[in-house]
Amino acid sequence: MIKEYKTIHEIASPLMVVDHVEGVTYDELAELELPSGEVRRCKVLSIEGDRAVLQLFDSALGINLAESKVRFLGHPLELGVSEDMLGRVFNGMGDPIDGGPAIIAEEHRDINGLPMNPAARAYPAEFIQTGVSTIDGLNTLVRGQKLPIFSCSGLPHAALAAQIARQAKVLGNNEAFAVVFAAIGITFEESEYFIQEFRRTGAIDRTVVFSNLANDPAVERISTPRMALTAAEYLAFEKDMHVLVILTDITNYAEALREVSAAKKEVPGRRGYPGYLYTDLAQMYERAGRRLGKKGSITMIPILTMPEDDKTHPIPDLTGYITEGQIILSRDLYRKGIIPPVDVLPSLSRLKDKGIGEGKTREDHSGVLNQLFAAYSRGKESAELMTILGESALSDDDKLYAKFAEAFEKEYVNQGNDTNRSIEDTLTIGWELLSILPERELKRIKEEYIAKYLPKKDKE
Amino acid sequence: MSGKVIKVSGPLVTANGLQDANVSDVVRVGKQQLVGEILNMTGGTASIQVYEETSGLGPGAEVISTGMPMSVELGPGMLENIYDGIQRPLPEIRALTGETIARGVNVPSLNRTKEWEFVPVAKVGDELVGGDVLGTVQETTAISHKIMVPPNTKGTLVDIKAGKFTVEQTVATLKLADGKTLDLNMIQRWPVRIQRPYAAKHTPSRPLNSGQRVVDTLFPVAKGGTAAIPGPFGAGKTVLQHALAKWSDVDIVIYIGCGERGNEMTDVLNEFPELVDPRNGEPLMKRTVLIANTSDMPVAAREASIYTGITIAEYFRDMGYDVAVLADSTSRWAEALREMSGRLEEMPGEEGYPAYLASRIAQFYERAGVVECLGKDGRMGSVTAIGAVSPPGGDISEPVSQATMRIVKVFWSLDSSLAYARHFPAINWMNSYSNYDDTLRPFYDKTFGSGFMQNRTKAMAILQEENELNEIVRLVGQDALSADDQLTLETARMIREDFLQQNSFVVEDAYSSYDKQYNLLDMILKYDSLCREALTKGASLQKLSLIPARASIGRAKTVDQEVYKGQYDEIIKNMTAEINAVVAGGEEE
Repeated sequence: MIKEYKTIHEIASPLMVVDHVEGVTYDELAELELPSGEVRRCKVLSIEGDRAVLQLFDSALGINLAESKVRFLGHPLELGVSEDMLGRVFNGMGDPIDGGPAIIAEEHRDINGLPMNPAARAYPAEFIQTGVSTIDGLNTLVRGQKLPIFSCSGLPHAALAAQIARQAKVLGNNEAFAVVFAAIGITFEESEYFIQEFRRTGAIDRTVVFSNLANDPAVERISTPRMALTAAEYLAFEKDMHVLVILTDITNYAEALREVSAAKKEVPGRRGYPGYLYTDLAQMYERAGRRLGKKGSITMIPILTMPEDDKTHPIPDLTGYITEGQIILSRDLYRKGIIPPVDVLPSLSRLKDKGIGEGKTREDHSGVLNQLFAAYSRGKESAELMTILGESALSDDDKLYAKFAEAFEKEYVNQGNDTNRSIEDTLTIGWELLSILPERELKRIKEEYIAKYLPKKDKE
Repeated sequence: MSGKVIKVSGPLVTANGLQDANVSDVVRVGKQQLVGEILNMTGGTASIQVYEETSGLGPGAEVISTGMPMSVELGPGMLENIYDGIQRPLPEIRALTGETIARGVNVPSLNRTKEWEFVPVAKVGDELVGGDVLGTVQETTAISHKIMVPPNTKGTLVDIKAGKFTVEQTVATLKLADGKTLDLNMIQRWPVRIQRPYAAKHTPSRPLNSGQRVVDTLFPVAKGGTAAIPGPFGAGKTVLQHALAKWSDVDIVIYIGCGERGNEMTDVLNEFPELVDPRNGEPLMKRTVLIANTSDMPVAAREASIYTGITIAEYFRDMGYDVAVLADSTSRWAEALREMSGRLEEMPGEEGYPAYLASRIAQFYERAGVVECLGKDGRMGSVTAIGAVSPPGGDISEPVSQATMRIVKVFWSLDSSLAYARHFPAINWMNSYSNYDDTLRPFYDKTFGSGFMQNRTKAMAILQEENELNEIVRLVGQDALSADDQLTLETARMIREDFLQQNSFVVEDAYSSYDKQYNLLDMILKYDSLCREALTKGASLQKLSLIPARASIGRAKTVDQEVYKGQYDEIIKNMTAEINAVVAGGEEE
């Protein structure tokens, strides 16, 4: 028998204090019933004696303290999961909003999940070909990795994410896959772009969408990615699917977290974000991965927009400390018309080393990758020097490096959103670019690979 | 002793009715028996930090005190194992609860059923004090585990056994001064926040050979010393920590993954059993203990994980071993402190960190050192502490980096611009330092001759000069420099690219012996001095920089450890001939 309380003491959105409660536990889910019969959900943030502090997921609009009733449900926020979720659209609380029937759940899962035992993780090492050279060739994505895209306002991160979702495949495999897409506080247009993309490629039937748009309650944004990841865990580790999770936009998520933290009057950390932002983000991101003895996997591509294009802002900064690399987009490259505008040097994939090489991509991949990075870095320096001092001040080698850097951006990076390059193509383009440089400069590649792959220049 | 919960707010639980409990006691909370620790007491009301997720806990739940502070179990069975922050074995948790970590799991830290072959060393009638060795157990093929009399214990040995025993069975009996007898088994319990005692502490005087050229040659750390690795994300902190864990010439490695990625621990678990210690040919896992509180595990246990790790390290040190503790990352530990401090509503210091942050960091690093162990045989052991720091935005002006810099003696500053150019390890040679170069100088001079330190000084001077010359180049271009200065830039580039850069993922390059390091640097400096001489004879710098031996030097670091000597001699021979040819050619023109 669930008790109902009419003892709401205080509401200061998004917080609510209820007195004289019994048997209430931390993190429990509760329902608030308005006199009109409307039901809103909330959860327990802290409990002291018979006084509970709750967080509303919805707005506090129109709540009457005396007439509204609170019911505690005895369990934390849960999501009913089933394979039938594929092809459906849900809101941030996990209720269907596509007009279809309710999901008949096979089981109910706590959306917070449980920490994964590091002794039970399988190390991600399976190469995913995204068809994007800057990712495949230089910042290789592997199955089970969490690789965020750091973008800036106005840059085409959505197009890149959609391109990855469309083109990604594991070489020589045809296994069950699914896409879980969480729209966190983004606009209708952006969300619709993704859904249309999934529809266009036919992936929509294998996609689960959790949608919290910009005009939906901000507090609901805290549960949206957790709903998505709970669904993804179920599909990956119960139903053996390879799940690609796209979360966009993490910046909106962190802001919702800050909003609740401020309402709770917590001591703020950097820029007003709560001190536990790192832990909170980690509990989401770490749900990506592979598990020993399970066929499925969760590969995660969170997208975030860096406020003021600043990589040291707490949201990208803490994300970078948790995720296994990052793909950074650059406004400069975008202005030059380079699509996708991936800023190669600060981008990184931490798991690439186990996912590339002989038997996975090609034997020369690692050497080519390191050489391209080193050469592009030096080339950019040379180009910078050239703008200050003029071309004549450069040594012959530096001139070649500057030329290399320009060609690299134009040919390697600038592939557009519709080109799907095989890893062979990507490596070939890399070798052609490296042939601009004198052979003695290619110190990072084994000599045997240089002999085998470097295009022979005509000696006249 | 039991009390009742009155308040739950995240990992902080308040309970009353605990008049008889002590501050720092470990408690069990609620039906699920969650593990917690008492932080503060006000009368019978205790503030408890719970090491597990408190979802589902409410007022009225029972709290039982164990009457013991947070302790670890020390004994055979720790090596090759992976523990969580409060020393629960993760493989056994996996067997119990599957791939995720359920709450309230109660598993003993040391395996209770496994039998160990105990070989007695002490004899009946021996007068024994704390630290004296009772016997040994071959814990892994690489490590002999000494079973010692616990500290603060003294008596006459009246019985000692030999043969196979579990850790809980009695292996020796002491008769104490008061006439009582004390049965000893192979487990010692020790509170993690209290450092284990030793007879005397000494100044570190031997270097830790890490096999990393930039570390060993430029910024060495001593055995028993302290070092910090600060750097922004993506600068290679973890790769460097892994490299140190793999190749350091210590007996035991304790690797603490504190608030970091789960896959990094998995990587160590997969890789270390496969890798072979270059010194004894044994798999590296045989000497390694892993402590994992990954970033998705409860934050309260993160604070404990560092202490758990260093206490285990001190225990192996007490056996007379050289131990390295690698903590990745101490910033996450500091953040855990901050989070609990905030929930306790303490007055915050800088950036919300508690005012006691600096003293806690100092206490941790001070547990490192070279010591004369307890026990009559006067054996020596050491603990080297190396902590990664993850400053927000890579800016080391923040409190954790600053408090760490004040206490550590070696500072390997990782640089994102080096990392972007894929120069790894991305240790910036301009602002890193080691305060051990003077204390270690006698050792280097005695072992490798005076050349080692001379070359080091020369290399540092060239790098320093490069930095100054680059300022000029940025203003007026390289052509404006004299040939001598241009050669300095060339040599500096060679030192950076052909010596300092080291690829952990290339087998031949991952580990460099002292000898190989010395010869490689010597070869580069020889190129420099030969070219300098050639310049005075009118040779062209451009021709000198194009000689084929340059490319050979560029590849010299990846020459196999077994055969490099002969190859290096060959390169030097060719180089000398080629430089002479350039000089001769120049004279003909």
